[in-house]
Amino acid sequence: MQQPSDACAPCPPHTDDIMRSGHSACPGCGQAISMRLVLRTIGAKAIVVTVPSCVSVIAGPFPNAAANVPYYHAAFEVAAASAAGISNALKIQGKHDIPVVAFAGDGGTFDIGLQSLSGAADRNEDFIYVCFDNEGYMNTGIQVSSATPTHTWTGTTPTGNTRRKKQIMEIMVAHRIPYAATASIGFPEDLMQKVQKALNFRGTRFIHLLSPCNTGWKIPENMAPKVSTLAVETHIFPLYEIIDGLKYRITYHPKGLPVEAYLSVQGRYAHLTPDQIQSIQSETDRSWLALKEKAGR
Amino acid sequence: MKQFITGNHAVAEAARRCRPGIVAAYPITPQTPIYEKLSEMEASGDLGGIMMRMESEHSSMAACISASLTGVRTFTATSSQGLALMHEMLHFASGARTPIVMACVNRTLALPWAFWSDQTDTLSQRDTGWMQIYVEHNQEALDSVIQAFRIAEEVLLPCMVVLEANFISHFMEPVDVPAQEEVDRFLPQVSIPQRFDIGRPSFVGAVVSQTQFREFKHLSQEAMYVALETAAKVDQEFGSFFGRSYGLVEAQGLKDAELVLVTSATITSTARVALQQLREKGHKIGLVKIRLFRPFPTAQIRELLDPVSKIAVIDRNISLGREGIFCAELKAALCNSPVNKQIQGYLAGIGGTDVDVDLIQRVVSDALSRDAFLDRPIWMKEE
Repeated sequence: MQQPSDACAPCPPHTDDIMRSGHSACPGCGQAISMRLVLRTIGAKAIVVTVPSCVSVIAGPFPNAAANVPYYHAAFEVAAASAAGISNALKIQGKHDIPVVAFAGDGGTFDIGLQSLSGAADRNEDFIYVCFDNEGYMNTGIQVSSATPTHTWTGTTPTGNTRRKKQIMEIMVAHRIPYAATASIGFPEDLMQKVQKALNFRGTRFIHLLSPCNTGWKIPENMAPKVSTLAVETHIFPLYEIIDGLKYRITYHPKGLPVEAYLSVQGRYAHLTPDQIQSIQSETDRSWLALKEKAGR
Repeated sequence: MKQFITGNHAVAEAARRCRPGIVAAYPITPQTPIYEKLSEMEASGDLGGIMMRMESEHSSMAACISASLTGVRTFTATSSQGLALMHEMLHFASGARTPIVMACVNRTLALPWAFWSDQTDTLSQRDTGWMQIYVEHNQEALDSVIQAFRIAEEVLLPCMVVLEANFISHFMEPVDVPAQEEVDRFLPQVSIPQRFDIGRPSFVGAVVSQTQFREFKHLSQEAMYVALETAAKVDQEFGSFFGRSYGLVEAQGLKDAELVLVTSATITSTARVALQQLREKGHKIGLVKIRLFRPFPTAQIRELLDPVSKIAVIDRNISLGREGIFCAELKAALCNSPVNKQIQGYLAGIGGTDVDVDLIQRVVSDALSRDAFLDRPIWMKEE
């Protein structure tokens, strides 16, 4: 087919990309970008487990498959148990060089999958778990989860969320797992370095990846990377890693912009009062100080 | 070699000899001794596989499914609440066509809380797409586990081996435990599809259309029909290897029977004694034991019971609002029978209550003396 004359030349495909074009994500989806970066780093020699979430939708309906690796769509609450089943099966087959990666959303991690994840982390099962956190049940049409921040609009919190975002990193770190890190598509090199680092450990490795949902966050479709950057620069979502559940290291020192810079660009926060913005600022400052103390800075 | 062991240990001895690569389990009374025994075997290096000590039965089944998809032979065991918790994953396992073998120790489902034998837990999983074998004694428990792996791996459907709480799980009997080499000859090394092939990636469990969904289910139903033939063939072959076979259903004394009693599991043993005593007194009562419940051996049952006009079914289970589940299934299997028949359901042993020789004889005399058979079950209780 002839290209329209004013079209940009298509970007050459990244030769290492596992995630292929033709996936089923919405245009500009933060999670699709996240998946692409994670899979590119992990490489073609891996097995991926996913669970009901946008991750499984993005992967494509039968017989299509967007990811060029063996992919298993398990039940909602068993990303970790399923990944553990595969990694042990590989072990008994003598295949020690195939990383197993679990992909789940925040609902599948913070809520319904937490028991299975905790069990696997307790046993230090050998896999990398990536939580694509879009701060709500976006695949079912924007409902509150325990990853939704305070005051956030969702379809089930029409006047704003009254709960606080669950501290999933603290929960994972309490299991003393070998490696845990936060990551953002606003900082792709940092993200890919962390995935690479995770590959070098054995045992349960956890990556908490903030993945903006343009629809659920009510942002334009070209804004996911920008909003991801602002989440980091405002200390809302700091970038750090924890080794052996004890050694904290902040991997990027943000500018410390006011939280309003992050909140004001998202429709899900359009209803916020100045008092609510102030309370988010105070809570963010408190959490950032606590993190800096843990990291010894 | 004969060993004096419980049904649970017979299951563990069988499972070990089947060389599972992965056992994923979680404790629940009265299944726990299977889990403990297999853990001991793992610790002493006799299991060969990996024991995953899970945080729930739901996760146990999830791990079995993904391990099986990786191409490994998998085994687990559970009971009652644990089986109910697994329910979602049971559908998943059959949909994924994973040949997992699971020992299920029948136990009452809460509420009220109890620990006794009652088949409603496994029969509630009737529609999950699992094959189900109900066993009568410890030897049959051991033999059925070995058979189950052969059947499951040939037809690529999961299989439950169902044994009753206490009466089998914890009662000790002499059991002929075959040598490893004998089992190895009967059950070859695992050779099931490896679905996660790095060289040829595929997407297991993708979302399908309406017609694709229907076609997947149609294929699974066809596999169930194949499983009927496979189960019969494997049982016969087992007989020629080990000198013991059980059939999909077993019948005795049908030729001259004025009434046929239909049973499953341990009640069958008691019925054998009761019917022998009645025969000595001149009452000719036949017995049919249903061993394979899914797939349901309709053709075998039709062949045995088509000529019979009076049938009594004993159930240690109940589908509330209907009747005993074996009774309902039997009625459905015989609805196209050319001989008009009367079928009466009796509920006996619910909650693990005693079903003794006397109770079975009371069932028989009730059925023989009854003018009209009822459309609802009769509760049999202590006199």
